[in-house]
Amino acid sequence: MDLIIKNGRIIDPTFDRDEVADLYVVDGRISAHPPEGECETIEARNLVVAPGLIDIHVHLREPGQSHKETIETGTQAAAAGGFSSVVCMPNTDPPADSASTITWITDRVRECALVNVFPTGAITKGLNGEEMAPIGSMVQAGIVAITDDGHCVQNHEVMRRAVEYARMFDLAVMDHCQDYNMVGGGVMHEGYWSTVLGLAGWPRTAEEIVVARNILLAELCGTRIHCQHLSSGGSVRLLRDARARGIPVTGELCPHHIALTDEFVSSFDTNYKMNPPLRARQDVEALIEGVADGAITLLGSDHAPHAFFEKEVEFDRAPFGILGLETELALFLTILVHRTKAIDLNRLITMYTVNPATLVRLQKGTLGDGADADVTIIDPELEWTFRKQDSYSRSRNTPFDGWELKGRAVRTIVAGKTVWKA
Amino acid sequence: MRTADPKPTRDLPQSANWHRKDLLGIRELELSEIELILDAAAAFKTVSSRDIKKVPALRGKTMVNFFVEPSTRTRTSFELAAFRLSADVVNISATTSSLQKGETLKDTALNLQALHADIIVLRHSSAGAPKFLAERLDSSIINAGDGAHEHPTQALLDVFTIREHLGKVEGLKVAIVGDILFSRVARSDIWALKKMGAEVTLVGPSTLVPRSFEEMGVEVARHIDDIVESADVINLLRIQHERQRKEYFPSLNEYVRFFGLTKARAAKLKPSCLVMHPGPINRGVEIDSEIADGPQSVILTQVTNGLAVRMAVLYLCSTAARKVR
Repeated sequence: MDLIIKNGRIIDPTFDRDEVADLYVVDGRISAHPPEGECETIEARNLVVAPGLIDIHVHLREPGQSHKETIETGTQAAAAGGFSSVVCMPNTDPPADSASTITWITDRVRECALVNVFPTGAITKGLNGEEMAPIGSMVQAGIVAITDDGHCVQNHEVMRRAVEYARMFDLAVMDHCQDYNMVGGGVMHEGYWSTVLGLAGWPRTAEEIVVARNILLAELCGTRIHCQHLSSGGSVRLLRDARARGIPVTGELCPHHIALTDEFVSSFDTNYKMNPPLRARQDVEALIEGVADGAITLLGSDHAPHAFFEKEVEFDRAPFGILGLETELALFLTILVHRTKAIDLNRLITMYTVNPATLVRLQKGTLGDGADADVTIIDPELEWTFRKQDSYSRSRNTPFDGWELKGRAVRTIVAGKTVWKA
Repeated sequence: MRTADPKPTRDLPQSANWHRKDLLGIRELELSEIELILDAAAAFKTVSSRDIKKVPALRGKTMVNFFVEPSTRTRTSFELAAFRLSADVVNISATTSSLQKGETLKDTALNLQALHADIIVLRHSSAGAPKFLAERLDSSIINAGDGAHEHPTQALLDVFTIREHLGKVEGLKVAIVGDILFSRVARSDIWALKKMGAEVTLVGPSTLVPRSFEEMGVEVARHIDDIVESADVINLLRIQHERQRKEYFPSLNEYVRFFGLTKARAAKLKPSCLVMHPGPINRGVEIDSEIADGPQSVILTQVTNGLAVRMAVLYLCSTAARKVR
């Protein structure tokens, strides 16, 4: 049914639009003219009407790990978090490293996804960092980027050739930045708390060294390289300098890296175990500064569901990762917009719409005439408490249970259809 | 039939001020709690020197020695301590447990609790494993060493031994020498010594004593010669040069050159300086054989005191668990 979203504050960064107005949806697209005939009216007074948000970094766990999450449950969580589109990672079982697995995913998405899902493909076969995956075939099957996320190509020559090859398809390369030798068996930030707790350290330098590698390769090949889930202040500095020189690199921030520090690990609660790890206060400050000055331009969740029994083990034996889709917008609003005022609401929306759409070349992230009617309605002032038992995810691995947050999505619309509302 | 001398029961140490069912580490203990354990240990030490080395304090209690990582000294010490308190003891090691069959730590522990284990003494390669169990079980959990995190009873027996020989810990200069980074003993010792007012200096290669340790309130020295003349206590840790240490220092030979307590260096020690080692020692590596057996060595006294300290810990935690229930 056609839609009128009335009296909302429409923020559409593509057109520098920020005004209270009505938004029209006709035949699943944004329209400059009101629908003719019967239509649904949504009252959005005191609410923000934004282009549907895009999460550039989620793990939907299918195929092969449906005890953690499915495309169905993961996209329900996305809708509840205010995301009309997600970009899913290829470290499934089997890994998404071939056109047939990508086709399996897109078929499954058609059957049961509540929001748009854009798959990525592996950089290397089996995510093993050695042999280039069939990138061209996967592009034809529908991938929007390549990444070995969860893994990191260690061989610079292999990475260089993949980056060079991806340029032929105007494809972004996204990288999980981790030097394996330096990290070894590291399970938390190397610093005071790893010293006290006797847990093996994962030093900042092991991320920064790969960020530096990626900057050099982006410069060499001219391909867009996106550094995922940055955790270290040093990475921000490298990225800032590189971007000032016009190198096509981008960086991504996840909410847990600014909401928490390594001190939380002293509880040995495995919901504080993620990769890269929670770092020190000075990193948190540098990351927020990086968002404020534009060194970091993308926000993502690294939504990484794991079953309860998998996480309820000794800290060093637990898998890395936490849920994110249902808390990320609220955490970023709370920390970046309300508490530190590092950015305003318009910038936050830009980082969740225009910037990811530009990176992976999606015709999304705007409310211009004729655009897909993906809309997120946000109440930026709403104070609420996150309860993990209310999550739509199949898993419950979140450290944010009981957190009091300010701001959240209250309605998510995909192609003109409300897929979730508060 | 008398199985134990009833008299010591009357002078069993005060436990009214102890409220923990578990002993997980030294970091979270108050100074008064450490002193309470040491005083209790002093009382229990007399038991071991009696003709009948047994008191009925834990009669009817079951203690499980759950050693997921191998140990002889600590396991035996806990076992003897339990015997002397009249507890029943079961030993489980990694190779005999269902962990070998893929059972999780949580499930193994829940099964032990279902069998009414009152006390579980856990040695585990993962830091935090005892805390993991303590949060999930009603049984008392005693940390017998978790990864590189803590080994609280070793630290307690170390400070007990220092106090016994030198009369105090406060103000003493204590050097801990060796592989600090991977040592749970070093961490527990640091907390115990700092809380009791000692000045602690860590000595070892910069790869094995990273700068982050200074944030724990200790000094760091890069040559054993810097501390031999001034130390009141030298605690030497076992140095390993197995596969996983190859990237930390080049050879045992080079280690000895900078950090070994050789005869020549030992000659410069104060006469009152105690030479300690948690064992097992590598003769000729971190310590010369003659020094290990020499008059300043209290290495075997540490072992004897370990028994008393563990009796105290088992007694106090078990009593607190009863109060909690």
